[in-house]
This record gives sequence, structure tokens and C-alpha cells, in this order.
Amino acid sequence: MQLTLEFGGGLELLCDSVKIHSIDVDLPAEEKKLTMKHLLAWVRSNLIKERPEMFMKGDTVRPGVLVLVNDCDWELSGQLDTTLENKDVVVFISTLHGG
Amino acid sequence: MESNGGVDESTRLLKELQSLKDSKRDIEARISALEGQLRQIQSNQQLNKKASSDCSNGGSEFGHDLTPDMIYRYSRQLLLPSFGVQGQSNLLKSSILVIGAGGLGSPALLYLAACGVGEVSALFIVDFEICRLGMVDHDVVELNNLHRQIIHGEAYIGRSKVESAAAACRSINSTIEIIEHREALRTSNALEIVSKYDIVIDATDNAPSRYLISDCCVLLGKPLVSGAALGLEGQLAVYNYNGGPCYRCLFPTPPPTTACQRCSDSGVLGVVPGVIGCLQALEAIKVASLVGEPLSGRMLLFDALSARIRIVKIRGRSLQCEACGENATMTQENFQHFDYEKFTQSPLSPAPLKLKLLKEDCRISSKEYEEVVKKGDAHVLIDVRPSQHYKIVSLPNSMNVPLASLEDKLPEIESALKSIDNGNAGVYVVCRRGNDSQRAVELLHNKGFVSAKDIVGGLESWARDVDHRFPTY
Repeated sequence: MQLTLEFGGGLELLCDSVKIHSIDVDLPAEEKKLTMKHLLAWVRSNLIKERPEMFMKGDTVRPGVLVLVNDCDWELSGQLDTTLENKDVVVFISTLHGG
Repeated sequence: MESNGGVDESTRLLKELQSLKDSKRDIEARISALEGQLRQIQSNQQLNKKASSDCSNGGSEFGHDLTPDMIYRYSRQLLLPSFGVQGQSNLLKSSILVIGAGGLGSPALLYLAACGVGEVSALFIVDFEICRLGMVDHDVVELNNLHRQIIHGEAYIGRSKVESAAAACRSINSTIEIIEHREALRTSNALEIVSKYDIVIDATDNAPSRYLISDCCVLLGKPLVSGAALGLEGQLAVYNYNGGPCYRCLFPTPPPTTACQRCSDSGVLGVVPGVIGCLQALEAIKVASLVGEPLSGRMLLFDALSARIRIVKIRGRSLQCEACGENATMTQENFQHFDYEKFTQSPLSPAPLKLKLLKEDCRISSKEYEEVVKKGDAHVLIDVRPSQHYKIVSLPNSMNVPLASLEDKLPEIESALKSIDNGNAGVYVVCRRGNDSQRAVELLHNKGFVSAKDIVGGLESWARDVDHRFPTY
């Protein structure tokens, strides 16, 4: 399944400072659909190059990270249970505090 | 003889300059006080005039609240079909508080002052409600603020940001009421200050302030226009507006402190907070004038580097929210005792961290290090700052090994040591302020470099105590 992932607000620093990633993820064995839960695990092992604790806490993202599936807060689509479709755009953004 | 004469002459000139500057400051203070008195008298006159005209013809001259001066000053906005007299009239009657007179607050305040928020002549509105433009900040203007905090100028370096911002706003629009809060916003004063305004702009630079301001706005029912900027990115949202979510609905748990970077450490391109600050002014103007669709339930993400603006839909008000949810625990009483610094694990005022990880005998002062250099003692100096810091300025003969890659680069340090004095040379570690250098020395001790010591206070202490010409940033 082809997806576009974007990292922002400093999270890109965890994946070689690359903000936009076009990826191809296989469906997990014996699963018919890809969920955000699967994707997070995939991102953690394939894209995050350093300090994984700055991206995840437990099996979800750490506090202060917004997850947007097709420009929509994942709270509105079921968080970890959100089902992803081919060509979806998933954005991970760390909230900023500076001014 | 001649060079001495030159020194005397420049001393005389410096003295004269100082005395002229002092007189200028006194005169400015006097002018400001007189202007204040004059405004007070004029507004009272307006009030009386208005009261009597209201009695005589039961309404205003032109069928709306605007005076001829206002019509001329704000004419370009009055001409807008979607804004017009009604929008401007609503705007003039509103009070807005800008918290933080820095990179975000600077453009926000300039635009709000210019467009007439806090117009004194609008005093005649029912029951004499006073309209005002307020600003809160406890900080003073520094030279390294000026590239982004465009409301301040060189003449105000060392003086209060609020004093400077108020003077700039008054010079643009002398008809508005500007309230200066020269203090930090805290749980002890926030309710009292915020209650005097209709709309709040969060233009602060740290996590605890953001939670404090959001909670305060929820308790007092004030819409909050929240902006943030760092590096080359910015974020903007309107909270607690028309049943929309508050900041806590979105971020119930504070992020780890390591995820809260500051402009003073990570850098920021001046125009980036400028863009977000302008958008904050715009959203506040929309809310105040009841025009358009404020950015509530949505968030704007600005990426300057790729010239991308993304507007995303965020969750609605959370029923579980501790500030605005169904069983919210936050009351005015709880708010005043809530420890926001403890909650977010970071300080409200941005005093740099002063770690004390190492024992005294594992550290040397910058003066002691100067002696090491003067005596020519064999040693290796490791600078553990990120490479972009190292490129700005560094001590001679230092090797740059950023803290993040220190563990991988131990062999390089080993070979640097072996190349001098058969490996018996000293190892000194320096950074910007003396925190990362301690973390590095701890790591080096664990990896067998038992003689490693750090320089207390880092390059900042070197500049302060040893070489005054050494640049700081």
C-alpha cells in the first residue's frame, strides 16, 4: 500500500531531517487492512533513526504529537484503529511552544 | 601625547552622549505622562459630549458610532463590503490582551493598535465599558531580539519590552487606550488581568504559559488565539471559541521537556514568528469584529522552507477535558494553586538551566582553563555543541564532537590523545553554558576517560571572565 508520510515540528530530525517520505507498506500477515497501529510500528522500525522515545510512548505517539490522516486529527477517525487506504497522507507533527 | 588626547576626547564625548540620553529619557517620560493626562481629559470630554448628544437627538450623527476622525483613519476597512462600518464599530468596542511582546506579539500588537482596538473615543458605549489594548511581558529588550521582535528598536535595549511596545503602538495610534502589564503572567495575577479583556492572544514562548493561559481563558470564557513558531515552522489555532476545543482538549498531557525547544537554543528565522503573529492579529480581529470564520476546530501549520501552509481539522471539545470537559476539575480556586511548572516540568520564565551533575574536582573554571593554555599543558579540548553552534564561534585548537555523536566518536578522541604526550594529556570539555559539557564528562568517565573535566559555565563564562571580545549569542 502506497502512503505519503510527513514529519514536522522537529520530528523530521528523528528521520535524517527528511520531512516527506513516500513509502510502500505491506499488509501485515493474516490482516486484511492496514491500521495506524501497524503503521506506527512500521515507522518506528523503518524510518526513525534516533531517539525513538521522542516519537512514541508505549504503542502510540508521545504526548505533544498530533497525528493527521488526510488533514484530519486521528482522534476523529479512531486513533490507533484508523484504517488506512492506498494513497493516504499521514502527517506527524510535534507541537511548538516557541515565540 | 596625541593618542592620549584622543582617549580624553572620546571619554568627554561618551559622557556628553550619556547625559544627553538621560535628558532625552526624562523628556520622553514627561511627554508620555502629559499625553496620558491629555487623553484622559479628551476622553472625558467625548464622554460628556456623547452623553449630551445622545440625550438631545437620541443617537449618533451618522447612524453609527464612528466619529469623523475614525471614519477617515479606518476608511480603507470601512470600504470593505464584508467588514464595513459594523465590523469596524465592533472592533473599536473590543478589548484584546496580548501576552508576550516578543516575536509573535510584536506584529500582532502593531496591527491591533493600527486597526483601532481599544479606541478611547469608543468610550461612550453603553455603561461606560472601557476598551483597551493590553500587553503583558516581564522581559527586557536585548540586541539578539531585534531581528524578529520588530516592535522594539535599538534605543530600547535594556528597557522593558512592554514599555517599548506601548511607545511603538502609541506612535502609530494615539487614540487608543494601551494598558501596560510589566509583569510575568502567573496564576496569582492571571484571572484579574485576563478578566479585563474580551479576547486573548497567546504570544508566549513556553509550555507552562500555554497551559496556564488556556485554563485561565476557559475559566473566564475568553476566546484564545494561540500561535507558536520555532526554526522555520509555525502553528496557529483559535481555542475556547463558540463551543470549540481548548488547548488541553488537544494536548491533555504535556510533552516531555526534551521536546520543548526554545528559539534561544534552536534558532528561529525572524520572519517566521512575524507571519504567525500577523495571522494571530487577523484571527483576533475576526473574532472581535464578528466577521468571517475564525480558525476554531482547525489548526494552521506553516512550513517556511517548503512554502507550504496546511490547514487541518482537529478534534472538538473533549468531554474528558480537565479544564472544559463535563467533569472538569479546574476551578478558579484550583487554578490559583495549580503548579504549571511542575505539571510541564519546565520553568515559566526562561532562565537557562544550570545543571550540577559533577563533583567540584571534575570541573575547572574558565580562568583555570586559561592557565592550562598559558602554561602550554598538553591537553585535548572537546567542544560538544552542535556543529552549527561551533561554526559561529569556537576556542582555538578545540575539536568539535557534538554530544549526540560523542559515544560514536570515542576512538577519535582516543587517537587525538595518543598523538600528544603519549596519552597522558588532560581532557577538557566545553559547551555553550556548561550543561551539556557535564553530561559529556559523565559519559566520558563511564567510558574510561576518567580524567575528563568540564569548563564551568561554558563559553559564556569564557567570554565573561577571560576574553571580553569573545562573541556570545
